[in-house]
Amino acid sequence: MSLAIINDLVSNVDWSEINDATLDTLFMLGFSVLFSTIIGIPVGLILFLTSKGRLLQNRFVYMILSFVVNVLRSVPFIILLIVMIPATTMLVGTSLGAKGTIPPLVIGAFPFFARLVENSLKEIDDGIFHMAESCGASTRQIIWHILLPEIMPSLIASITVTAIALVSYTAMAGTVGGGGLGDLAIRYGYQRFQTDVMLITVVLMVVMVQLIQICGDFLVKIMRK
Amino acid sequence: MIKINGLSKSYPTKKNKNLILDNISLDVPVGQVFGIIGKSGAGKSTLLKCLNLLERPDSGNVIIDGVDLTTLSTSELRKERQQIGIIFQHFNLLSSKTIFDNVALPLKLQGNHNKAEIKLAVDEMLALVGLTDFATKYPASLSGGQKQRVGIARALITKPKLLLSDEATSALDPQTTSSILELLLEINQKMGITIFLITHELEVVRKICDKVAVIDGGKIIEQGNAFDILLHPQQPLTRKLIIEEESEKYLEQVNHYYQFEKSSNKHILLLSFVGDATYQPILNIISKSAGVEFSILRGELGRIKNMPFGQLLIEFECDEKNLATACKIMKEMGVHYEIVH
Repeated sequence: MSLAIINDLVSNVDWSEINDATLDTLFMLGFSVLFSTIIGIPVGLILFLTSKGRLLQNRFVYMILSFVVNVLRSVPFIILLIVMIPATTMLVGTSLGAKGTIPPLVIGAFPFFARLVENSLKEIDDGIFHMAESCGASTRQIIWHILLPEIMPSLIASITVTAIALVSYTAMAGTVGGGGLGDLAIRYGYQRFQTDVMLITVVLMVVMVQLIQICGDFLVKIMRK
Repeated sequence: MIKINGLSKSYPTKKNKNLILDNISLDVPVGQVFGIIGKSGAGKSTLLKCLNLLERPDSGNVIIDGVDLTTLSTSELRKERQQIGIIFQHFNLLSSKTIFDNVALPLKLQGNHNKAEIKLAVDEMLALVGLTDFATKYPASLSGGQKQRVGIARALITKPKLLLSDEATSALDPQTTSSILELLLEINQKMGITIFLITHELEVVRKICDKVAVIDGGKIIEQGNAFDILLHPQQPLTRKLIIEEESEKYLEQVNHYYQFEKSSNKHILLLSFVGDATYQPILNIISKSAGVEFSILRGELGRIKNMPFGQLLIEFECDEKNLATACKIMKEMGVHYEIVH
């Protein structure tokens, strides 16, 4: 009886399509988080190390890199998606489908993540650098033995924040042919007035964000000792 | 062990030359505990940073164990730094690493030790500082004194010949301070490590220093054996730093009182004695053989490092002739005196 009512409420929903869209979204999310992290950590490190008074102080490198990061962060993501179509096609062979969304997602997210990394590094006490240099550590050793382990908990927190921002970016990427839950919500929910489909996709994204936050918090908690 | 020649350092701004260290020369013998004492802003920290060239001096040499650090290349300097242990006021431990890994860090940075060697060395160091049971804990769960013990273990893991201490006890309470100082003294005596420390606490100099230099405004204004400097400081600034305010006030009061006192046969003397003389019945001998009456106005007995000392403010009641005899006796007995009034 109750099952029938529920089925009636979501009469427009095609569960296999929801399933495919969820997998698409997870694919976009997974790879964009991965590449944003891989690119963002070194960029954040360079930003930090070349800034004033730091180990590799270099005004020129810092200014250029900082400018590029700021420019990328100021372009609205929806514009970035369109501007990047030729570059995306060159990089992954297509600008369509889940695969075609990865380059713009990464370009949209890594500058944000790099700034988070830079900020975490700034939080490290100057005394730690003093100690490391007194021990005769080289810059490379300072990065691997000291900086990265010290910022690990806040790095995980930053990845969590970035991943959550990327959930909504993936929805936007859907509108220009990327697929996934965002695409579904727009095609059925907006263009065909199927509110139930839209509701389901929103609920799924809320669940996704919650799960990411809970996992991130948990990892940070066991790392902060 | 350390020889500093004509070291100067400034942080020039457009308007100002900002000389922080002004032509400093020091000689620290092997195996001694050498203290630099001064108020904050006197240039102590900069001097310490110049010792391992974290700050490059404008001029002068820093010669450690026969090597002039100012002539070394970056990678040679890195090797030399690994031979110098250093401990800090705020410990500077890595919060992401266990106590074991914090202590092991300098060895890992040297890169030529295997796991078994590292474990052996770390265990030995943790035993030395009394933290064997804390190996798997993290710095956040330790008290200040324990953190400094970890700092000491980390500084000594590379078996350095020289240990630098940057206000190592300034963030600790008095009780913890004295336990850390005892540990440093033990390290100095058992392992023969030269210790160079900077501090603003007289207590530190008194407890562990053999030699001390007083720094003010970027200049060394006085240096010598710890008990000489502590008992008879010569420079007004040193006196101010060393003689506690209270006793200074007391001296003023006494001076004031005797200005009105007509009697010319009252004399006030500040006697100081170190070592064996401390156990002699000095006043009794003087009183008997010079025929003077005395009363003690103020006094202090204690130890400077391991040397017992006493310092008494005495009023002698006698004529000039007897006073001269008393002074002669004191000289013979090795008692240092200063006629205050």
